[in-house]
Amino acid sequence: MTNIYDERHFELTVNGERRQVVDVYPGESLLTVLRDRLGLTGAKGACEEGECGSCSVLLDGNLVCSCLVLAASATQSSVVTVEGLGGATDMQTAFVECGAIQCGFCTPGLIMAATNLLERSSEPQTDEIREALAGNLCRCTGYGRIVEAVQTVIAQRGQGAA
Amino acid sequence: MSDLGIRESSVEGGLGQSPLRPDGIAKSEGAYEFSSDLSADNMLIGKTLRSPHQHARIVSINTAPALAISGVHRIITADDVPGKPTYGLISSDQPVFAADVVRYIGEPIAAVVADDEEICARAIDAIEVTYEVLSALADARLAKDPSAPSIHPDGNVIREQNVITGDIGVVGDVIVEDHYSIGMQDQAFLGLESALAIPDEDGAGVECHVATQWLHEDLGQVAACLDLPESAVRLVLGGVGGAFGGREDLSLQVHVCLLALATGRPVKMHYSRSESFLGHVHRHPAEIWMRHHATSDGMLLKIEAEFVFDGGAYASTSSAVLVNAVTHAQGPYRCENAAVKGIAVRTNNLPCGAMRGFGVVQACFAHERQMDLLAQACGLDPLEIRRRNAMSTGDRLITGQVVESVAPVSEIIEGLSRMPFPEGAGDTEKHPYELPGGAGNTTRPDDVVRGIGYGLSIKNLMYSEAFDDYSTARCQLRNGIVTLKFATAEVGQGFITIAPQIARSTLGLEEVELEVIDTNVGSAGSTSASRQTWMSGGAVEAACLRVRELVYQHVATAEGTDPLVYTIDGTELVNTSTGGRRPMNEVVVGLEFDEEVEYRHRPTVPLDENGQGDCHTAFAFVGHRAVVDVDIELGLVRVVEISTVQDVGRALNPLSVTGQIEGGIAQGLGLALMEEIIQRDGRIMNPSFTDYLIPTIADMPPVIAELIEIPDPQAPMGAKGVGEPPTISSTPAVIAAIQDAMNTAYGSAPHLRRVPLQPSDVAKTVNVGLGD
Ligand code: FES
Ligand code: FES
Repeated sequence: MTNIYDERHFELTVNGERRQVVDVYPGESLLTVLRDRLGLTGAKGACEEGECGSCSVLLDGNLVCSCLVLAASATQSSVVTVEGLGGATDMQTAFVECGAIQCGFCTPGLIMAATNLLERSSEPQTDEIREALAGNLCRCTGYGRIVEAVQTVIAQRGQGAA
Repeated sequence: MSDLGIRESSVEGGLGQSPLRPDGIAKSEGAYEFSSDLSADNMLIGKTLRSPHQHARIVSINTAPALAISGVHRIITADDVPGKPTYGLISSDQPVFAADVVRYIGEPIAAVVADDEEICARAIDAIEVTYEVLSALADARLAKDPSAPSIHPDGNVIREQNVITGDIGVVGDVIVEDHYSIGMQDQAFLGLESALAIPDEDGAGVECHVATQWLHEDLGQVAACLDLPESAVRLVLGGVGGAFGGREDLSLQVHVCLLALATGRPVKMHYSRSESFLGHVHRHPAEIWMRHHATSDGMLLKIEAEFVFDGGAYASTSSAVLVNAVTHAQGPYRCENAAVKGIAVRTNNLPCGAMRGFGVVQACFAHERQMDLLAQACGLDPLEIRRRNAMSTGDRLITGQVVESVAPVSEIIEGLSRMPFPEGAGDTEKHPYELPGGAGNTTRPDDVVRGIGYGLSIKNLMYSEAFDDYSTARCQLRNGIVTLKFATAEVGQGFITIAPQIARSTLGLEEVELEVIDTNVGSAGSTSASRQTWMSGGAVEAACLRVRELVYQHVATAEGTDPLVYTIDGTELVNTSTGGRRPMNEVVVGLEFDEEVEYRHRPTVPLDENGQGDCHTAFAFVGHRAVVDVDIELGLVRVVEISTVQDVGRALNPLSVTGQIEGGIAQGLGLALMEEIIQRDGRIMNPSFTDYLIPTIADMPPVIAELIEIPDPQAPMGAKGVGEPPTISSTPAVIAAIQDAMNTAYGSAPHLRRVPLQPSDVAKTVNVGLGD
C-alpha cells in the first residue's frame, strides 16, 4: 500500500526516459499527468471516461486509455505516447497521405491503436481493422480514409517483407 | 469574376490535386497544438458555475465561502460584466452570466479562477446560490401559444415565417401526409471547448486563443461585453478539434477574458465532455407536418407544411435555421404551389442553433419521407417519383427565387440508378461482424432482411437574407515566396490546404506560406454554411489575381508591351503574342507586392411576409442511396453501404472532398440511428459518450462516392461548398432503406416518421401482429 507521499511524488518511465512527477493530486489519471505535469500533450482527452480512445497510449506494450489509468499505478511500467513513436513512422505518414486526418484530434489515439494492431496481427482483414479501432472515435472523417491508411501500411509492409 | 481559363495547371500542389495538409505531420505526431494543449507561465484555471434549474429566479449568490478557499483568486458574476450584459449571433438575448433569472439547466451563473482544476471544482461547490424555482416551459408547441407564459420579456416567439405561393386551393389526385419528428443532435466535436486568455501587461486589453468558427464575430461580441474597443482585443485561432456549427456561438470566450483581466494573469478554461453538452447550442429538435398533393402520375402540385422548431432558452441562430427549413421544404423538386408555415420559439430547454445542415436536415427528412409515401401511393419506384419531379437550373423555388446555380438533380438520380448493389443480401453465412448487432452476436442470420432507400437534397450555400457576407484575404509576394493571410477558421475541413493550392495555380509559384490565423486582418466570416471554399477561396483567388496583374504590368513595362498579352501556364509566364515563356520564379525576382481583397457574393434580400424573395445565394445538390441489413425481430440495423452522387461544381482537392463526404455521411447516419440528446425536465440524461452514441468505425459502412463536376459559373474557380450536403439526405436514405426492409418482411409496415430510429420502431411491427 502506497502512502499519500508516494502517490503525490513518483517516477514514470515515459518514452524510455525516467520522469519525475511531483505534487500530483492522489487519483490523477495518467492522461492528466502526461499532459499537465509532463507537458506531453500528444495524448488528447475527449471524454475522460474510456469511450473515445483519443488518450490511447501503450502501457508495457498494451493499448490503454490513459484517462482510465491511475498515474501512480504506472510507476513500474513503460509508457509510450505518440511522441515516443519517433515520428514519421509508416503509419503516421500513411495517415497524412491518405487523408485520414481532418481536425486531427482523434489522430494520436488512432495512430497508437493502429500501430498496436499491426504489432498484434500483421495482415488483419478489413473487418478486423474495424473491430480493433472501434474504441477510437473520429467525428470528422467517417473513418473511410483511416481504414485506407491502415490498409496502405499493411500493403507496404507486405511488399517490404516480400 | 472567376477565371475558369487555364486551370488544370502543372503546378505541383495546384488546384485539382490533393497535396498534403500543411498541419498533417504535426497532427500525426501529436505536436500540433489544439486550444486545449495551450498553456502559459503563471497560468490560472477558470471554471463555470451553472444553473441546476430549468427556470428559476436567482434570489442571492454568496461567493464568500468559495473565496475563502486557499488558491481561489476571483469569482465573477453578472455584476462583474463591465460592458454589454448579453450576447448572441442574430439577436443578443443570452446573458454572459444569468443575473436575475435562469432559463435552462446549465446556464452560466458565475465563474471561478483558481490555481488549478481541483481548487476550481471545490470553489464551484462552495458558492451558495438561492433560487426561487419557477414553472418551466418545456414544450415548443405550448410555448408558441399566445396564452402561454412568456419566459422572455419580449415573448417566446423567435420568428414566424411562412412561404405561400401559387394557387393554394389546388387539390391533387393523390394526397399524402404525415407528422415527423427530429431529435436533438449534438455536434460532438472531439476537441472540447477551450481557450487561453492572456491579459496585456498594462491591463488595457487581452489576447484570447480560442477554438472557434468565426474569429471576428467572436471579437465583436467579446469586446462589447468587456467594454473594450475591438482594437484592445485580439483573437487568435487555437487549434480546433472539429466544429460542425457548435462553435459559431460564444461559449467560454467572455468568461475567460474577464477572468484574465480581473486577475492580470493568463487564464485557461476548458470544458469536460458533460459540460460541453451544456456549453454549446445543438441541432433544433423539430416537429413537422407535411402534406403533398400530386397528379396520379406523381407530378407534384402542392406542398403544405408546418414546422415547429424548439430554439431552447435563447435565440442563437434559430431565425435563420427556420428560414432554411421553410425555404427548403420542397426539396430538389419542382412545385408551383405551396403553403408552408414555420415558427421557432424559445423554451426552457437547451439552446439550439447551428449544426451542419442548418434547418435543411429537418426539412429534408420530412420531404424525403413524403416522397417515398407519394411513390407508394402512385405505384412508382422511389427513384422514378424523384426523376419525374427533379428540379433543374432555371426552375423557380417556392420563394419565387430562380435557381441560377447548376442543378444536376436528374444527373444525380441517373448516377444513383447506375450504382451496382453490394453483395451479401440474404446471405445466412455471415460473420457476426457483418450482422446487425455486430460482434455481440445477438442477431440470427435468418432474421436479417435487406433494404434499399434513397434521399435527395438541395442546400443553400453561404449566408442568406441580405446578410453582408464577405471574406478577406491578403496576398504578399516577396523573395519569390507567396504569403497568405486570412482569418478563416480552420476547423479540420482543410481550407489551409486549398488556400495555397489556389495561390499556386493563380500565380504559378510553388512556395506558399500561411500566416497565423487571427484578427489582424479583415473578417473571413464564419466557417459554416459550406461557405469557405467559395468565400475565403474567392478572396484568396482575388488577392492572388491582383498580385498577378501587378506582375503582368511590371513585366509589360519592362518589355514595352501590353499586360494583356500575358498568361500563366503551370509555373511559366507566357507571352501569348510572342509565345515566349519564362519561369515565374525567375520573373518575380526582386518584385514585392501586397494586396488585400474583400470578396462578396451577390446580394440577397430578406423574405417578405409570404416568404417570397431571392433570399439565398446559391445551391448545391446531392443524392444518397443506403443499403441496410435489418434484424426485423430485434430492430437492429447494420448499414451495409452508402453510395452518393454529389454536385460539387469542381473538386479543388479531391481527397478533401472525399473526406467531407464520408465525414458528413457519418453524421447523417448518426442522426438516423443513434444520436439524440435526451432531456427530462430540461436535464440531459445522456451527457457522455457512454450514452450519447456517435458512429464508430464499426458502424460506418464503405461509402461509394461519385462527383458531378460541372463548374458553377457563379462560383470562384467553379467550386461549390461540399461540407453540408453529405449530412442532409443520408439520414432519410438510411430510414427509407429500413422502411424498405420492413415492407419486404411484412408486405407493408408502419411509416417511419422519427429520427433517430429506435429499435422498437422496427420490432413493434412484429408485436402488433403485422409480422408472422
Ligand atoms: S479521453 Fe480517454 S477514452 Fe476518451
Ligand atoms: S479528424 Fe477530427 S475527430 Fe478525427
